[in-house]
Amino acid sequence: MRREATRRSRGSRWLALLTWGYVLLSLWPVVVAIQFSFNAGRSMTSWQGFSLTRWYFGDPVYSVWHDPTLQSALMQSLKLAALDMSIATPLGVLLALGLTRWRSPLASASNFLMLLPMVTPEIVTGVAFSLVILHLFVFLHPGTLAQALGHVTFSLSYVVVIVRGRLVSIGRQYEEAAADLGATPWQSLRYVLLPLLLPAIFASLMIVFAISIDDFVISQWLSCGAGCDTVPIRIYGAARARQTPAVNALAALMVYSTLIALGVAYLLFRFLTRGERASGTSPGAAVTTVGGLEW
Amino acid sequence: MYPKWLWRVLALPGIAWLIALFLVPFYAVIGVALGGVDPIFQNPVPAWNPLQWKFSSLLDTLEGFLPGHEYWRIFLRTTEYVAVAVSVCLLIGYPVAYYVSRHARRSKPWLIALLVLPFWISYLMRMLAWTNLFAPAGLVNELLELAHVTRNPPDWLNGNPVSVILALVYGYIPYLILPLLAALDRIDQSLLDAARDLGASPLQTFLRVTLPLSKTGVLGAVVVIGLPMFGDYYTPNVVSGSPQTSMIGNLIDIFFHGGPQPSIGASLTLILTMFLAALTAYYLFTVNRAHRESAP
Repeated sequence: MRREATRRSRGSRWLALLTWGYVLLSLWPVVVAIQFSFNAGRSMTSWQGFSLTRWYFGDPVYSVWHDPTLQSALMQSLKLAALDMSIATPLGVLLALGLTRWRSPLASASNFLMLLPMVTPEIVTGVAFSLVILHLFVFLHPGTLAQALGHVTFSLSYVVVIVRGRLVSIGRQYEEAAADLGATPWQSLRYVLLPLLLPAIFASLMIVFAISIDDFVISQWLSCGAGCDTVPIRIYGAARARQTPAVNALAALMVYSTLIALGVAYLLFRFLTRGERASGTSPGAAVTTVGGLEW
Repeated sequence: MYPKWLWRVLALPGIAWLIALFLVPFYAVIGVALGGVDPIFQNPVPAWNPLQWKFSSLLDTLEGFLPGHEYWRIFLRTTEYVAVAVSVCLLIGYPVAYYVSRHARRSKPWLIALLVLPFWISYLMRMLAWTNLFAPAGLVNELLELAHVTRNPPDWLNGNPVSVILALVYGYIPYLILPLLAALDRIDQSLLDAARDLGASPLQTFLRVTLPLSKTGVLGAVVVIGLPMFGDYYTPNVVSGSPQTSMIGNLIDIFFHGGPQPSIGASLTLILTMFLAALTAYYLFTVNRAHRESAP
């Protein structure tokens, strides 16, 4: 018995080693890339001293702030993320409400349709979108509007999945209580359901932001050329070309902004769900939703 | 309490959006793939009426996937890369998920946070980081020389299939670990205790209880990373860029971006979609059967 116990702990020690090794190795390249965004010299591979600002805005020619291609990519990414958040979130919340509570065969068909964009490889969506713009929706042209429409289409499902999870977990008893106390349907939507959905809405906003900022394929297939390049497209172009650490600085800026969005959303989520801890809503649930999507 | 029509009306805009901007675009792929080609400019002329669909060009493209034909090698290579990359992901990812789910105690929230972190870092940022490390004068080659493994470190970034597969693993493994972790967490601890009480060794418990119970989770995680990997074209482009390592996604990309015939690209897209739909259908069928068998 005792021998078995030590054998087991030795086994788990190997597993622990593997796990921590994997976790550190998976983040190490990113840490190095961010480190080089602070390189004082132009090299991407050898460390030439520390400079906090050179590649962000210090360098008058090559820094993110002064290089027009990098600056416009940053702006384009943020613009698309803002458009995506402001369209996909309300649309997705309504769709989640509708699909959760509307009982009909048509609703299950719509539910299936809603899941399709999540399992379709992005290149298929990209090809489909660029063909439909070329041949059918000819009033749309490759450009910011088309990119934004594409982003909304494939981030919509994530909003629905998150909001629906929240809807199912809060149930209908609060709204029923409100109705018993004389609330009109509009009042119970506005004063009961909406506040209860707020944590999920914030989680959705953040996930839509992250999805949009991260997206490369749709943005590329619907790009109008250099003017519509987003940060991932710039990084893609730079990865095989001679580059300066300004590209690392650009990519690092994206990491910072996502992490800040994540932190704000986490704090908001905790604040909005305070007092619910006992009911089993884990504060990290929103954070892990994207990865733990039920299959 | 609420009027009956309310939920239908709320769902309407979202459904309309998905029909107009997901289903209709996909219909456009079919229209172009099964349509004609302008004889002079070689531009595709899409056929919107199903009665006018011509299947000959799709069948021609499909024939290219037969052994010995033009797309056979690229199809084989894609399957090979995806299969190897998914297996490596599983070999690393399963033990990691298992450890976090079963053994990590106080460190569990931290480990989960660190496992989720790559989701929030742009995929191409991670690829950029990867190419920087594997550059000719990068850290990896420096380490190889320091460790006296080799005097002439390999050229990682020009058509090296090993780099492409490693990059795929590095890029997709976070998407495998989290669903796997969720599946392992769902396994009832009392089943494992029962196995141990009945005299099974830890290894036997793992092989005869945990592993079979996590089978559908493993399949699901494999589907989650396998489908997008089949359509990937940017990873091979970033870490290799050579036709020696191109995958089906690269082929489609080339047919559309400056390539000769977008209608062949559309046919290839259609074939890829049907192939992946068949794989997904097989997965759903397996999961359904497993559910039926486990339910008394």
